Amino acid sequence: MSLRLSSASMTLALLLAFAPSVKADATLLNVSYDPTRELYQDFNAAFAKHWKDKTGEVVTVNQSHGGAGKQARAVIDGLEADVVTLALAYDIDAISEKAGLLPRDWQKRLAHNSSPYTSTIVFLVRKGNPKGLKDWSDLVKPGVQVITPNPKTSGGARWNYLAAWGYAQKQNGGDQAKAQDFVKALYANVPVLDTGARGSTNTFVQRGIGDVLLAWENEAFLALEEIGRDKVEIVLPSLSILAEPPVTVVDKVVDKHGTRKQAEAYLNYLYSKEGQEIAAKHFYRPRDPEVLKRLGARFPSLTLITIDEAFGGWQKAQKTHFEDGGIFNAITRK
Amino acid sequence: MTVLAHRFREPSVIPGFGITLGVTLAALGLVVLIPLSALFLKAAGLGFSGFIATAFDSRAMAAYGLSFGAALVAALVNLFFGTLVAWVLVRYRFAGKRLLDALIDLPFALPTAVAGIALTTLFAPNGAFGAFLEPLGIKVAFTRLGVILAMIFIGLPFVVRSVQPVLEDLESEVEEAAASLGASRLQTLWLVVLPSLLPALISGFALAFVRAVGEYGSIIFIAGNMPGQTEIAPLLIIIKLEQYNYAGATAIASVMLIISFVLLFVINRLQHWRQSRMEGR
Amino acid sequence: MTRNSSRNEPLLVRGLLICVALSYLGLFLGAPLVTVFAEAWAKGPETYFKALGQADSLAAIRLTLITAAIAVPINLVFGLCASWAIAKFEFKGKSLLMTLIDLPFSVSPVISGLVFVLLFGLQGWFGPFLAEHGIKLLFAVPGIVLATVFVTFPFVARELIPLMQEQGREEEEAALMLGASGWQCFWHITLPNAKWGLMYGVLLCNARAMGEFGAVSVVSGHIRGLTNTMPLHVEILYNEYNFVAAFAVATLLAALALLTLVAKSLMEWRFAAELNSTRRL
Repeated sequence: MSLRLSSASMTLALLLAFAPSVKADATLLNVSYDPTRELYQDFNAAFAKHWKDKTGEVVTVNQSHGGAGKQARAVIDGLEADVVTLALAYDIDAISEKAGLLPRDWQKRLAHNSSPYTSTIVFLVRKGNPKGLKDWSDLVKPGVQVITPNPKTSGGARWNYLAAWGYAQKQNGGDQAKAQDFVKALYANVPVLDTGARGSTNTFVQRGIGDVLLAWENEAFLALEEIGRDKVEIVLPSLSILAEPPVTVVDKVVDKHGTRKQAEAYLNYLYSKEGQEIAAKHFYRPRDPEVLKRLGARFPSLTLITIDEAFGGWQKAQKTHFEDGGIFNAITRK
Repeated sequence: MTVLAHRFREPSVIPGFGITLGVTLAALGLVVLIPLSALFLKAAGLGFSGFIATAFDSRAMAAYGLSFGAALVAALVNLFFGTLVAWVLVRYRFAGKRLLDALIDLPFALPTAVAGIALTTLFAPNGAFGAFLEPLGIKVAFTRLGVILAMIFIGLPFVVRSVQPVLEDLESEVEEAAASLGASRLQTLWLVVLPSLLPALISGFALAFVRAVGEYGSIIFIAGNMPGQTEIAPLLIIIKLEQYNYAGATAIASVMLIISFVLLFVINRLQHWRQSRMEGR
Repeated sequence: MTRNSSRNEPLLVRGLLICVALSYLGLFLGAPLVTVFAEAWAKGPETYFKALGQADSLAAIRLTLITAAIAVPINLVFGLCASWAIAKFEFKGKSLLMTLIDLPFSVSPVISGLVFVLLFGLQGWFGPFLAEHGIKLLFAVPGIVLATVFVTFPFVARELIPLMQEQGREEEEAALMLGASGWQCFWHITLPNAKWGLMYGVLLCNARAMGEFGAVSVVSGHIRGLTNTMPLHVEILYNEYNFVAAFAVATLLAALALLTLVAKSLMEWRFAAELNSTRRL
């Protein structure tokens, strides 16, 4: 009986497998990180229309989302991404280094370090800010619970960590030992280390754990929209870090697929007025000064440090802070 | 071929040994052994001292301790309650029994992430059970207790499903004979029923245990994932992978795999030995 | 009457045991299940069905069905071969073979995906060869099927082996002496005898094949509408704050457990007469 059942299900499956699908002239695969889902859903539709109007060609953009490191690994191991749009330059460096799918100087190919939009790290606190958290120094106070993901597994969490470090470094006139003590005290206040940014948001909002969530600015805005302005609010610290999520074409893949033209147009469209507006709509800070001026009211300016100035670039920051044997391991050792 | 085959197996009139064993070995090789050998070879790339340094540093040891320790507790809980559930399902009649019987397989069908989210929803301080336990000073979500809880969930079907068929097959005459010879109910259970359940109990326990050791998807939601406290070994593997440290990840995986393998092998060996002895071979 | 009293506990004990079993299952299975359904129906049936009708959800359901439809028959054939070889013959290295078959249970899902990446990934052993010949295994349907076959590999064999061992080989030997062919023997004696184990095995294998998350997550590539299975789609929807849709898809997987109920009832009904006669033996 089970044999007959399984052959019936096999037939069904084959029928389903060969169901017709819409044929596109060109297909791109954009491999991205977690928080950009909504952004690229909108952007893909806009680009498809733009490309159809311009060339008459129907282009379909498929999306893949996940933790930035995991996504980069998938590309290294053979996931054929035409373009990658990840959280950190470090992860795209890894694709270049481990798989040789794109040149080492990829970040120079597009304007603004190949980051068409930026973001920063802000605080999300409970409505009315009951603990009165205003700045990074409030987060190390006893009794304050801070929610942030594990920097080992989440790209966003590395920005959180570095923003805190940058603040302490500046407060203490560049004293690295004092900065380390500060960050150590901060992580001593962390009760749960989720593996990804969305996991932390859910711990903070759904489970009601913690007093403050360290989050991407765009994630914090999205949380306000999705979860409710009556429950949480955003606090801007005095200083934060300029997060530059980079984008690039994966050369070996587009050459194999013959999609270089479309892939490059896709990324360039991110820099266009339309692309910048879509980014701003999804709470990413646009690079285009005009769009920023028009829609910039929601993005209050604050002091931003950059990874290159404060930490000497991603490669160095990764090695000093996040590798095994790095500072993050040391400060969380019990 | 036949001569060779006879050397390592006892003769039998039943045909089909060559082909069935052949298919078995081929499938086993292709699906299990070749892929797992890739794992060990990758780990071997570290060299002996590198392997030791990666696989046995203090953080890894703490993670093994948690994974194996919590899995042991969870498997013991499942052993006790799983047997009880199997007993109730086979021997007693009550309303809703069939539905309950079907529910046992739920932990297999439900994606582990969903299980983790559902358990966390229930046991978080603001959840249905958490809100009740919190005032009593019992914290479940984001503690080691939460890890054990998730492991109990995913290992639940193993003991029940391995004990159930044996109980169903158990002949009533044996128990009746014991009773008519004057044994009390407890004596019958302890001296007659339990020994015949023993193989099923042990294998159910072992499978629940090794399954829990490797579990990742549901636990990361309910454990706090704090290094040295609530960080399970599979999470450590993921962390290594995030650093593009494939060799380090496979080193930890190898250690876990070898321990589980040895445990399963000892149990299978014991069962085999016991069975041969009972058949008088 | 005597039979009842010698095999049954006093009413009070029975009631108590049923209560304990019910609370245990209620806590570990019932409560998470209720949570899943409550979240799925939180915004009413319309939202629930709309969530299931989305193109991406349908694509995920389709992919999961395809995967199970390939993986389960493969493991069924393997399980039958392995149990025949192991249960009907005595040979050296049997416990080792059985342990190797169990091995996928003990491999962390995180690792069962990774091994295929190590083999077929672009940086793996066969990756460059496959890429050169334009064969896509990973991040496509074949990779998902492979990982699923690996994870569910032991289920059918695990259920069949103990059962067939217990049943021994006398019946087959007798039939063969009377001139039956090997195939006849298998179709008319072994298969009917093993049908319960076979059914449990197939159902568990199917449930796990459809519910597997960790291993598939590593080899899928998460391309929306193309390589997302139901469990992966649940995670994606959840991460998009689309809780209703996430749990709606999860309820479909939970309903698989009910399929077990239907299949079991069907078989019980069909073989009721036969069952009674064997019970009396």
